[in-house]
Amino acid sequence: MRFSRKTLGIPYGVFLTLFVVAPLLVLFYYAFTNGQGQFTVKNLTDFFTDPNTMGTLVYSLAIALTTTALCLLIAYPVAYILATSRLKAKSVIIMIFVMPMWINFSLRITALKEILTAIEGNLAYYPFLNSVLGMTYDFLPFMILPIYNTIVKLDVSLNEAARDLGADGRRAFLRVTLPLSVPGIVSGISMVFLPAMTNYVVLDMLYNSTYIMGSLIGSYFSAYNWHGGSMIALVLLGFICLFTLLADGGEDENARTGGALL
Amino acid sequence: MENKSGNIIELKHINRVFEDGFKAVSDFNLEVKRGEFVTFLGPSGCGKTTTLRMIAGFDMPTSGDILLNGRDISKLPPNERPINTVFQRYALFPHMNIFENIAFGLKLKKMPREEIRKKVKKVLELVDLEGFEKRSVSTLSGGQQQRVAIARALVNEPEILLLDEPLGALDLKMRKEMQIELKAMHDELGITFIYVTHDQEEALTMSDKIVVMSEGKIQQIGTPEDIYNEPKNAFVADFIGESNIFNGIMTGPMKARFAGGQFTCVDDVPEGTQITAVVRPEDIELTAPQDGQIRGKVISVIFKGIHYEITVQSGRYEVIIQSTRSATVGSDVGMKVEPDGIHIMIAENHTNVFPVDMNRNHRLAFNDKEFDVSLTELIKGSRRNENHELLDESGEVIDPQKIRITAAIEPQDIRMTDDVDDEAVLVEGVISNLIYKGDHYSYVINTELGQDFIVDDEYLWNMGDSVGLILPVEKMRFTVKK
Repeated sequence: MRFSRKTLGIPYGVFLTLFVVAPLLVLFYYAFTNGQGQFTVKNLTDFFTDPNTMGTLVYSLAIALTTTALCLLIAYPVAYILATSRLKAKSVIIMIFVMPMWINFSLRITALKEILTAIEGNLAYYPFLNSVLGMTYDFLPFMILPIYNTIVKLDVSLNEAARDLGADGRRAFLRVTLPLSVPGIVSGISMVFLPAMTNYVVLDMLYNSTYIMGSLIGSYFSAYNWHGGSMIALVLLGFICLFTLLADGGEDENARTGGALL
Repeated sequence: MENKSGNIIELKHINRVFEDGFKAVSDFNLEVKRGEFVTFLGPSGCGKTTTLRMIAGFDMPTSGDILLNGRDISKLPPNERPINTVFQRYALFPHMNIFENIAFGLKLKKMPREEIRKKVKKVLELVDLEGFEKRSVSTLSGGQQQRVAIARALVNEPEILLLDEPLGALDLKMRKEMQIELKAMHDELGITFIYVTHDQEEALTMSDKIVVMSEGKIQQIGTPEDIYNEPKNAFVADFIGESNIFNGIMTGPMKARFAGGQFTCVDDVPEGTQITAVVRPEDIELTAPQDGQIRGKVISVIFKGIHYEITVQSGRYEVIIQSTRSATVGSDVGMKVEPDGIHIMIAENHTNVFPVDMNRNHRLAFNDKEFDVSLTELIKGSRRNENHELLDESGEVIDPQKIRITAAIEPQDIRMTDDVDDEAVLVEGVISNLIYKGDHYSYVINTELGQDFIVDDEYLWNMGDSVGLILPVEKMRFTVKK
């Protein structure tokens, strides 16, 4: 057999088939069958009619939204200030923000738990707040990095052009810098929002016993209800796809506004 | 708010020192009349853009005043100055279409929608882009983006339009067209233009007034004709147009000696003064060998469309001549310059500049004597291969013929000796001139190679003495031209 570039792709093809495509097919199979292996959409209707799952969905969304908003609120100013400053030590400071990621996740959350316990007395008083704090702490770097990268690449003369044309500092930011950093914000949100929906380990460790989507799926599988669990995972996957499409669409539209507006 | 002097903007004793101590602009003084087209011209890093940025308000002078119509604006932020800028790489807002880009400034002024629409339409006509309102920035060519950038600045009806190398990113043909259009726009609108460029031809074509800058200082301010015909110093002469620049000395009333020849000139400079003589290539006439003031051998002839560029080797000097008549490579020629073709400048300091060779061993040499200088350090990115040949960045062997290296050394760093057999002697010559300069003598030494050296020495030597010159290599500064 002649060796070609395609040959190099074979291991990846095998990998993708075994670990991405096949599991997805299995997921589909379980989601749309019942215990007897017959096709059914009952799992799907169950998902949307069961007050339990719907409640968990709402709670997960609430945690994820709050976490994302909080991350964005903290990350944007940090990223903006660092990206626009003339500091030579910029990359060092960014590294310091990112460094906690190199420390084991459970150790970090345990440390946070101790601090929160010391402040609140008992973690059970504010389970929602604690979970949001834990996740914000955990996901913050994922929000800072993409925003920082976007702003740092912006041409400084764009902001200067806005100033030159009569915009004061605030308006130049609102009309030029902010809209142009949207791609960074979007990728930051997608890095934080979706994991925040499912990362139940944070909740577990902070003694928040309320289920979120991740723990819900886990509970189905530990109760050997593979069909229900698969359906929840599939619905979640649907949400992710929908969100990603929306985000991409938003960016496309940004690029197209040239033709569309006015 | 017209002020009496008619100056729209005045820069007074502007200094700009960067945080790291680099003096970007030193004691910059300039007056610009309303409606003038002024160009800041100089090589990169000369401070021209920094000066422009201070006028725009993006940079603050360390000291000095910027007066707009007599009022100091040096502390005003850019948005409060009636000045707009066309940026080097256009700086169009990529998230807005052409209309929104141009309307940006007007919208900030809260102008009614209908009026904005009219103004944008009008300015798009001015820059020849009618109907482009809804196009997005990314669909435009470089030239079109440049026009939008100009329109975006002009629509605000600024008192002064600043242009920071606006044509730098365009191809040659486009650039020529835009030069003419910009000049036409300037004449039509009557707005004051301040233009920054490193392209001398661009500056000469468009400007009413040129400010030549180097190393943060103004070298000369004048009309294009002044600057071209009467350069104030060697830098200006070298930067503007092609020129032959020689070090020399006045040998009598309106008589000068340079390039190994005796010339009559029109500038009355006292005898004995050290001078720099500038001769434009078009002012040198080729003659029969015996009829010229100096003679030499033609080493190259290049046809340039409207004239031939002929390079003649005369002793150590390479003389560049522009002529409508061709010459034969290798032939002996004479060269003649009319008195008014010579521009004499009193030399501020008389650095000896002379060409050195890269010899067959790929070492630096002068008069067949090798220098102990690392060429790999001198030529950026070069290295040596196993045959000890010099390679450039791309790994090609450097052709000694294709690289020009000049050495510069100060007169006081050269030593004279009467022991011409001394190992250290680089070149021998005869003292052809001496002047007492108060605390030292300044000598002109004609060497056997035709290169004259100026040497400062505290001891008295006699005219006509044969001397050996010792040039310490550590005092030499080398520059490489490819």
